Amino acid sequence: MMRVFAIAEIGSEELDPVSIELLNLANAIKGDGTSEAVVIGDDVSSYAEELAKHADRVWKVEDSELKNYNPELYVDVLLQLFSKEKPDVVLVANSSRGAEYAPVLAVKLNAPVVTDIVGLDVSNGVRATRYIFQGKLLVDVLVREAETYVFTVRQGVFKDECTVQGEIVDSGIKPSAEVKREFVGIVEPEAGEVDISQADVVVSVGRGIDDASNIELAEELAEVLGGVVAGSRPVIDSGWLPKDRQVGISGKTVKPKLYLALGISGAFQHIMGMKDSELIVAVNKDPEAPIFGVAQYGIVGDIFDVVPALIEKLREIKG
Amino acid sequence: MKIIVLAKHAADPESEIRVSADGKGVDEKGLVFDINDWDRYAIEEAIRIREQHGGEVIVVGVGYADDTLRKCLAMGADRAIKIPLDTGMDSYQTAKVVKEAIADESFDLILTGLMSQDHNNALVGTLLAGMLDIPFATAVTSISVEDGRVRAVRELEGGFGEENILPLPALLTIQSGINEPRYVSIMGIKRAKTKELREVSVDAGESMIQVDKVYIPPVEKAELIEGSPEEIAEKLIEILRDRGLI
Ligand SMILES: Cc1cc2nc3c(=O)[nH]c(=O)nc-3n(C[C@H](O)[C@H](O)[C@H](O)COP(=O)(O)OP(=O)(O)OC[C@H]3O[C@@H](n4cnc5c(N)ncnc54)[C@H](O)[C@@H]3O)c2cc1C
Repeated sequence: MMRVFAIAEIGSEELDPVSIELLNLANAIKGDGTSEAVVIGDDVSSYAEELAKHADRVWKVEDSELKNYNPELYVDVLLQLFSKEKPDVVLVANSSRGAEYAPVLAVKLNAPVVTDIVGLDVSNGVRATRYIFQGKLLVDVLVREAETYVFTVRQGVFKDECTVQGEIVDSGIKPSAEVKREFVGIVEPEAGEVDISQADVVVSVGRGIDDASNIELAEELAEVLGGVVAGSRPVIDSGWLPKDRQVGISGKTVKPKLYLALGISGAFQHIMGMKDSELIVAVNKDPEAPIFGVAQYGIVGDIFDVVPALIEKLREIKG
Repeated sequence: MKIIVLAKHAADPESEIRVSADGKGVDEKGLVFDINDWDRYAIEEAIRIREQHGGEVIVVGVGYADDTLRKCLAMGADRAIKIPLDTGMDSYQTAKVVKEAIADESFDLILTGLMSQDHNNALVGTLLAGMLDIPFATAVTSISVEDGRVRAVRELEGGFGEENILPLPALLTIQSGINEPRYVSIMGIKRAKTKELREVSVDAGESMIQVDKVYIPPVEKAELIEGSPEEIAEKLIEILRDRGLI
């Protein structure tokens, strides 16, 4: 009988929806086994109740020391739990936190680990599916046979819900490790002069813009369209646009009426920040670029041909 | 400070990515290799720390890594260790062989890129930290070295950061944008020629994963707007007009 554990992800004072997605996957693969959520924090009762709607069992791990995330403490309490409750599969969100502690947990459990999975098949051996080359290819990997497997799971993939209504158990586990890493505090994002998440039109540039001097071209287009200029991470990393203009998982989420992606390949971390835009138009010279998978309209071409032509025609109209 | 940096010679995801004939890998033809982008930031950060605090930067590469190791030496690393094994997509094996290869090196800090640009596992650093049982932090966007410890800001979602203090020795995985990596100078290349690049042979051990199939993701594609730039512009303006956007 298979026991699938899902470690809940707590965002800023709320249950991150990816927690339910982990349970959706757990319920899909558990067979005649159980889906079991683990929720870690200083006050987790309300989260536990929410999780219990989707899990056969919810384990509460509660302690004032667990108020702030610390990977050493997470691994510590999970190892204590798993020494008694033997997991076959452990699912963790592939978040900034999950991706950090899950591999170390796997080392300590002597478990194979596969990260950022988008598919999992346990029917005949264990086979996980994930993207490589920033979304260009998929790979199915066969995982070596083991007692326990650890997976970090991509958010937004396992959406099919199933209602279970299980029990809530207080694990009674307390942190016991002497922590080496000390949490100092959360650093807030810097606020800039323009809030790109409020704009109706976002002209977004990627590495394809090639040079800081070409940002001007995007600015001209944004001006005639009445929008703002934003960018993908490499553009911000290179210092061509300020940090508050970054669209994506580690930047801002935007939902404008029009999102124009210029020279952006469409990596998952970027897409998470713009996929809910009302209209997405992408210009990219690579017909295979993943951005064309989220755009409604695609232009396979060079931004330095298309954008000047577009600016000119728009100016003609506006007179 | 003795700093170990891991550097991968990795295929650029913007080169021609095609599935190999056996369907279990990527066709080498068309691939362009260079230092993994995240490792470029890691090596730069290590050199900066050494420039400020003194010490040594040792760069470690697994597999065919010569060009990348030489590049790191030219940027300013002091010496290089090469582990001539092809561990493929198996990060566990990679971490394991690195652990063995650096067993005789006492170090204060290990820096790795957050992930590799080809396989995107983001595992080698964290697995190594687990195997070595040392404090660690991932996706680091700023480091300051203090007496016997490091202060590191990690990147969270949505532009937030998380500041932590870690005692040394520690392992940090580096996020892109932490610094502006230097270019390799002619002088650097010259100097690199005299620097040590040592091969260390270790046992690869067992593999954790096996590639079963590599394939192109099935995606529903956008409707294409075609024609000359002027025609494309006109058609797009038509679409925007229909939606009341202009
Ligand atoms: C933890 C983590 C968090 C991240 N957070 C974010 C985030 O918040 N936001 C984000 O954007 N990324 C983020 N990333 C990075 C992400 O994985 C990608 O590396 C990044 O989005 C790629 O940016 P890009 O598309 O501009 O560049 P590339 O992937 O290099 O793509 C450039 C594209 O431009 C096209 N191109 C080049 N020249 C031209 C031309 N002249 N005309 C037309 N097209 C051209 C190319 O065909 C290519 O498709 C994150 C990564 C990690 C690991």
